[in-house]
Amino acid sequence: MMVTTTTPTKKRLETIGLWVLMAFGAVIMIFPIYWMFVTAVRPKDQIFIPDVSLMPTGWVWQNFADALAHMPFLHWFWNSTVIAVVAVAITVTINLLCGYAFAKFRFAGRDVLFLAVLSALMIPVQVIIVPLFFVVSELGLLNSYWGVILPRAAEAFGIFMVRQFMVSIPDELIEAARLDGASELTIFRKIVLPLSKPIIAVLIIFTFMWRWNDFVMPLVMLTDQEMYTVQLGLNLLKGQYNTEWTDIMSIALLSLVPMLVIFVFFQRQLIQGIAGTGLK
Amino acid sequence: MNETATSRFSGWWASFRPRLTPYLFIAPNLVLFSVFIFFPLLYAAFISVHEWSLIDEPFYIGAENYTRLLTDYQFWQAMKNTVIYSVATVPTSLAIGLLLAVGLDRDLYARTFLRSIYFLPVVVSSVATAIIAAWLFNDHYGVINALLKLVGIQPVAWLSTTSWALPSIIITTLWTRVGFCMVVYLAALQSISPTYYEAASIDGATRLQQFRHVTWPLLRPTTFLLLILNVIHSFQVFDLIFVMTGGGPGFSTTMIVQYIYQSAFATSEMGYASAMGIVLFLLILLFTLLQWRVNMRTEEFV
Repeated sequence: MMVTTTTPTKKRLETIGLWVLMAFGAVIMIFPIYWMFVTAVRPKDQIFIPDVSLMPTGWVWQNFADALAHMPFLHWFWNSTVIAVVAVAITVTINLLCGYAFAKFRFAGRDVLFLAVLSALMIPVQVIIVPLFFVVSELGLLNSYWGVILPRAAEAFGIFMVRQFMVSIPDELIEAARLDGASELTIFRKIVLPLSKPIIAVLIIFTFMWRWNDFVMPLVMLTDQEMYTVQLGLNLLKGQYNTEWTDIMSIALLSLVPMLVIFVFFQRQLIQGIAGTGLK
Repeated sequence: MNETATSRFSGWWASFRPRLTPYLFIAPNLVLFSVFIFFPLLYAAFISVHEWSLIDEPFYIGAENYTRLLTDYQFWQAMKNTVIYSVATVPTSLAIGLLLAVGLDRDLYARTFLRSIYFLPVVVSSVATAIIAAWLFNDHYGVINALLKLVGIQPVAWLSTTSWALPSIIITTLWTRVGFCMVVYLAALQSISPTYYEAASIDGATRLQQFRHVTWPLLRPTTFLLLILNVIHSFQVFDLIFVMTGGGPGFSTTMIVQYIYQSAFATSEMGYASAMGIVLFLLILLFTLLQWRVNMRTEEFV
C-alpha cells in the first residue's frame, strides 16, 4: 500500500528530471546554430574580444550584404540549385522506374540484379574517387554540371526505398489495367505513380538534400571557380587567411536556408525516410 | 508468304515485348551504376597495380603499391586515426541516440519539439558543420574556451594541438549523428507492442529489467543496422575533417580517405591512392560480412 501513495509524486519528479535533462541536451544541440546566427549579425569589431558575450551584441544585417559582395556567392548558389534540381529530376524518375520493376515484375536475373544494386550501397564514392575522376574526365564532363550529376544519379538507397514501398501496391490493380489494354508506361504513370506519392516526396527531399550538401564530388570534379557550388565556396572562404568570421557565418547560414525550409515543412518525410529504411 | 512472316514476327514481338519491359525500366540505373560504380571499382583494381603520376603512361609494378602500404608510416597513422575515430564515435552515437529515443518516447512536455531539435543537425551539410565547429573550438576567440574560462578551466588549444584536434572532431561528429540514431531507434521503439511491457510488469519487472529483457533484445536488428551504417560512415569520413582541420595539425586527424585524396590529387600517385581505396573497400566489406555472421549466429542462439 505504501507503494501506491509514493508512486505518483516519485513518478512526477522523475518525469520532471527527465524533461530537464532532455531540454538541457536540446539547448546544447541548438547552440551551434544559434551561435552561427549571433556571429553573423555581430558588429565586426566585437568578434575578437576576449570576453565573449552569449547574447547578440548587435544586429548588423549589413554583414550579409558584405559577405555576398566579397565572392560570387549568388552565382555559386545558382550552380548548387541547378545541380540539385536536375539531379532530383533524373534520380527520382529513374529510381521510380527501377524500383517498380524490382517490386512488380518477375524476370530472369532479377535477384542477381537486385543484389548488384544492393552491393552498390557497399561501395562508398570515396573508395572509387580516383578512377571515377578518370571516367568523368574521359567523358569530357570535368567542370560541368553533368560531371557531378551523372555519377550519383543512380541512387541505390532510392531504388531500395521505392521497391520496399511498391511491393505493397496490389497486383490486381496493375493486372486489371493490363487487361484493359493499357501500355506498361501508362500503367506506371496512371496507376503506380498516384499511389506512390508519399515515397516520391521522400525521394525528392532526400535527393535534394544529398546533392545540395554534397562536397567530395564537386571538390574533385569542379576545379574552375566559375563552376563552384555553395559548399565549395564556403570551403574556399574558410581557407582564406584573413577572412572575417562574420562573412563565413553569414554565408554558412545562407547555405543552410534551403535545408532549414525542408526541415520545417517536410520533417515528416525526412523522418519517414530515415526511420523506414534506417538509411541516410 | 511475306504476310505470314510479318505476322509471325509481330506475334513473336507481341510475346517478347512484355518480357523486355522490366529490363527497360531498370536499364537507366544499371547503365549509370556500371559506368560510375562497378567499372570504377574494377578500374581501381587495375590502377592499383601500376605506377601512374598522370604525366606519363601507367607502368605495371605488380603488388608493389600494396607492399609499400605495409611499411608506410603515414598510412598506418591514418589507419590508427580512423580506428580511434570509429571506436570513439560509433558506440557513443548509438548509446546517446538510444538514451534520447527512450527518453523522448515517454510522454514529455513538448517532446515533438525536443525531438526536432535533436534531429536538426542531420540536415546541416558537413561543410557548414565543420565551419561552425571551427569557430566554436577556436583557440583564442571560441565560445567553448570562453565558457570553460567562466567555470575556471584553462582554455584548451582545441584545433592547434595534435592531442586535442581529434577529440574536437569526435565531439562534432556526435553532434551530427545522435539525432539520426535517435530517429531510427524511436521508430523501432514505437513498433514494439505494449503487451510485452504489460506482461513484464505483471511479472513484477522493474523498468530497468523491462529495458534489459524486453526492449534491448527487440531493438537488436536496429542496433545491428545502425552499427553497420555508422561504421561505414566513420570509415569514409572526409568532408568534415577536410574543412575543419585539413587532416592536421601534422598528421593527427588524417583519416584513410584524406590520405587517398592527398595521394591522388596533391602528390599525383594514382596507383598508390587506388591501392588504398581497394584496401578500404575490402575493410568495409569484411566488417559488414563479419557483423552479418555474428548477428546471424547470435540470432540462432537467442
